Amino acid sequence: MAQASQATAPRRWNQRTVAPWLFLAPGLFMFGVYVLWPIIQSVTLSFYDWNGLYNQDGQFTGRFVGMGNYAELMTDPAFETSLWNNLKWLVLYMLALPIGLFIAIFLNQTVTGIRLYKSLFFFPFVISQVVVGLIFAWFYAPNFGLFYLLTESITGKGTAILANPDLVTYGIIAAGLWPQIAYVMILYLTGLNNVAPDQIEAARLDGAKGWRMLWYVVLPQLRPATFIAVIVTVIGALRSFDLVSIMTNGGPFGSSRVLSYYMFEMALGEYGFRMGYGAAIAVVLFAIMMIFISGFIWKMWRDEKER
Amino acid sequence: MFPRPIQKSSPAAQWIYTIALPIALILWLFPLLGVALTSLRPASDLAQGNYFGMPSGIAWENYVYIFTKTPIGQYMINSLWVTIPTVIGAVSLSLMTGFALAVYGFRANILVFFMFVAGNFVPFQILMVPVRDMTLQLGMYDTWYGLALFHIAFQTGFCTLFMRNFIKALPYELIEAARVEGVTEWRIFWYIVLPLMRPAIAALSVLVFTFIWNDFFWATVLTQGVDSQPITAGLSSLNGQWIAQWHLVSAGSILAALPPVAMFFLMQKHFIAGLTLGAVK
Amino acid sequence: MVHKLSGAIALGAALMLSTSAFAQDKRVVTWNADYDPIPLAAAEALIADFEAANPEIAVQLTNFDHEAYKNAIRNFLTADAPDLANWYAANRMRPFVEAGLFADISDVWANNGLMDSLASSVPSSTIDGKQYAIPYTYYQWGIYYNRDAYAAAGVEVPGAEGVSWDQFLANCEKFKAASIDCVTTGSSALWPVAGIFDYVSLRTNGYQFHSDLAAGKVSWTSPEARAVFDNLGKLQPFVTENHAAIDWQDAAAIFVQGKAANYVMGNFAVGVFKEGGMTNDNLGFMVFPEITAGVARAEEAPTDTIHLTSGAKNPDDAKTFLAYMASAEAQSKWNAAVGQLPTNSGATVDPADPFLTAGFQALSTATGGIAQFWDRDADAEYAKVGMEGFQQFLVQPEQLEAILARLEQARTRLYPQ
Repeated sequence: MAQASQATAPRRWNQRTVAPWLFLAPGLFMFGVYVLWPIIQSVTLSFYDWNGLYNQDGQFTGRFVGMGNYAELMTDPAFETSLWNNLKWLVLYMLALPIGLFIAIFLNQTVTGIRLYKSLFFFPFVISQVVVGLIFAWFYAPNFGLFYLLTESITGKGTAILANPDLVTYGIIAAGLWPQIAYVMILYLTGLNNVAPDQIEAARLDGAKGWRMLWYVVLPQLRPATFIAVIVTVIGALRSFDLVSIMTNGGPFGSSRVLSYYMFEMALGEYGFRMGYGAAIAVVLFAIMMIFISGFIWKMWRDEKER
Repeated sequence: MFPRPIQKSSPAAQWIYTIALPIALILWLFPLLGVALTSLRPASDLAQGNYFGMPSGIAWENYVYIFTKTPIGQYMINSLWVTIPTVIGAVSLSLMTGFALAVYGFRANILVFFMFVAGNFVPFQILMVPVRDMTLQLGMYDTWYGLALFHIAFQTGFCTLFMRNFIKALPYELIEAARVEGVTEWRIFWYIVLPLMRPAIAALSVLVFTFIWNDFFWATVLTQGVDSQPITAGLSSLNGQWIAQWHLVSAGSILAALPPVAMFFLMQKHFIAGLTLGAVK
Repeated sequence: MVHKLSGAIALGAALMLSTSAFAQDKRVVTWNADYDPIPLAAAEALIADFEAANPEIAVQLTNFDHEAYKNAIRNFLTADAPDLANWYAANRMRPFVEAGLFADISDVWANNGLMDSLASSVPSSTIDGKQYAIPYTYYQWGIYYNRDAYAAAGVEVPGAEGVSWDQFLANCEKFKAASIDCVTTGSSALWPVAGIFDYVSLRTNGYQFHSDLAAGKVSWTSPEARAVFDNLGKLQPFVTENHAAIDWQDAAAIFVQGKAANYVMGNFAVGVFKEGGMTNDNLGFMVFPEITAGVARAEEAPTDTIHLTSGAKNPDDAKTFLAYMASAEAQSKWNAAVGQLPTNSGATVDPADPFLTAGFQALSTATGGIAQFWDRDADAEYAKVGMEGFQQFLVQPEQLEAILARLEQARTRLYPQ
């Protein structure tokens, strides 16, 4: 931060020491009220058993249970299923990277109309996940869905993915990959724009071709794009709420639950209203996410120092 | 495997590429095309099991139906009521926070900055119960402003990251020069920095518009009725009523997808600039 | 923008205005409800009758969307309680009773002789010996069948008394041979499978077992529970495949088209069947077949109720209205309009509706008892775990041991012995 040293002249109570805080105040206030404070409250709430009701005098009716909710999580089969599914999401979502890169390379040409092609390929990311979920639910629908008919014509017996406990999660992940691939593709397209052509030419003269070219010359130059792509893909995988909610509601019999959906189900679902237990699930999800957030922050911090 | 410009390849390869492009695109958008077609299919086709054959006619009446017989128009208006104030609010707040974090070197600077960045990645679920409870207590449950206020606060995280990096890339000499001439900090922000921020504002506006328009989770948590539910949550509840009426579900889906798609096409350059910030240094 | 911004305030102001404008001298009773259009009209007609008989009282009904109401009630009972609120009997009202949000109305029951006239609903309205609900309507569950499907498969159509269990299973074989689903359901929302499970359970072991099972008093690995799954297993191969991915309305379409012969459902589905083109000529109703001989026949009939809130501002007049809603006269009128059954034994049913008459007949002769439905008899969390188990069994019967182990684990956690 070059200008930092210039700006912090002798510390006095002048305009320049007050100004940043005045500029920050509204944003910090909103962020504090709606993001920071709720995190603390959720963590606190995870030690309570609370059905979300206040009594007639408006008093909180929760009961302190210590680590009770967490202890229950340890033996909760639905929680275990959710964790496993989250892992499947994380691993399979990473497919968005190679596929996105492949499409980006495919589209990285200058022919007439390529701009339009690029935008159309990006389409799935722009539309709501609710719509994506509905589209794929229709695609997978038993008896008349395209996918069902396709499997029927190949194997003689249609597969209703969303009714099959072993396949349902993969079906939803495939739906999620569609927009995610589009997102990664656009990141890589931008990255490819900035690949130094002279290096490519030099490598080519050295006889680098095909995979070696990709691996040793192109990919290193795409590292910033890859980094962002990994981050947004991880976040996307862990946030996978909309599709599960739209396509299956976690079913059949809870086989497609993920933590984000299970938390909602426990806290606000029809048979839920276990706010404390939901908060405990959220804390676990938060902890998992924190691993990735910390990595991201660490990298940013390193980059900041390098400047 | 870095593609040579196709122009340098053999005519055959060029020819194959031109053919492959539209085929790949059709395959890629196949689910969407199917839904678009279904949205124009008469209900009678579906009833007779004609899901994928030639439609017996083009049924614009599906769209007429959902506009006249369901509150989808109201849902879309509700979405605007949430989305537009959020865009204005989040962009305004982050212009200020971004300015503060980019221009001033105070001790907590990097800490505050990372807090905004980290908050941006937090899972929604950790905020859900307290935010819902607070919105209820403030009497803002099931209102557009209750939803918009939350979105403003949350989006400020992402927008701050963006604005701060954008302002950092501006020539600092401009600000220095103004300070030497005794221009107050507020006027520096207003008259020097702000006019240079137009591309950033445009990029963030389209991005935030799309994010908020497409938000489903908070719409479900903070609203519940026709009067305030945005289109995503509305479409989900209509889907519950339109069981097996895929022509209506499809028409509703297309409608819900239209505004962000239009926004993307109109502001494509800004949209991608916003999205890929940081992807390339 | 302005009208949305001030929506909540405007609504409140409008209520106050209307109160002062035309109800100046009247005492107001507020009532929050979650009616669809037809029940709403019926409720408004009742209010009109009530106000005519009690000119000094005005009842103000605020109607909510049915789904939204489940959420809304949790808020308004604390924040801004009306005098009366709609809800459901049995365990569904327990959280509100325990949080002190629903008021004890034992006096309304005692003073109006409701213990007799609403006798069948006493257990589901009572918690710890006190009554907290006025039940005013319920509807039967049973087997709806498609006569055309029976004809297509060459199976003899059941008579009014239904068929035996063995006969039913034998019929299923014939339907299977004709590529017709013997029993259909759409369980993506889970609860439809609870109807099938409950009936097999009620017919295998009777009402008391059902009740104890829902209350967590019976082990899932007990011989009685295993017997239920045994019988459910006999039905399993004949249930529509992929039911877990479709909604009950999707299954209704299969049923209406004659691709399925029987549907274990509640009477509210009749409207959907008829919308799909069925008539009294090809739609039939029978009670679920007897399985264990000698087990007194019990039926499922979920009850809808009205409650006095603890925050009521005008409890006295609200109680007058509750007594009215419990009366045979009011219940006959409301249920006739809506097509459901009155809980008051003195009330009457439209004789022209074969399904209502059959339901009334079935329920009034159910010597075994009236169950509320699995998800109202069991606590919410236990109900959900149970329904997931039932659904899984109907998809993967070979997983029985794993399912029972999971259910038993949930039971020992929720109901420590």
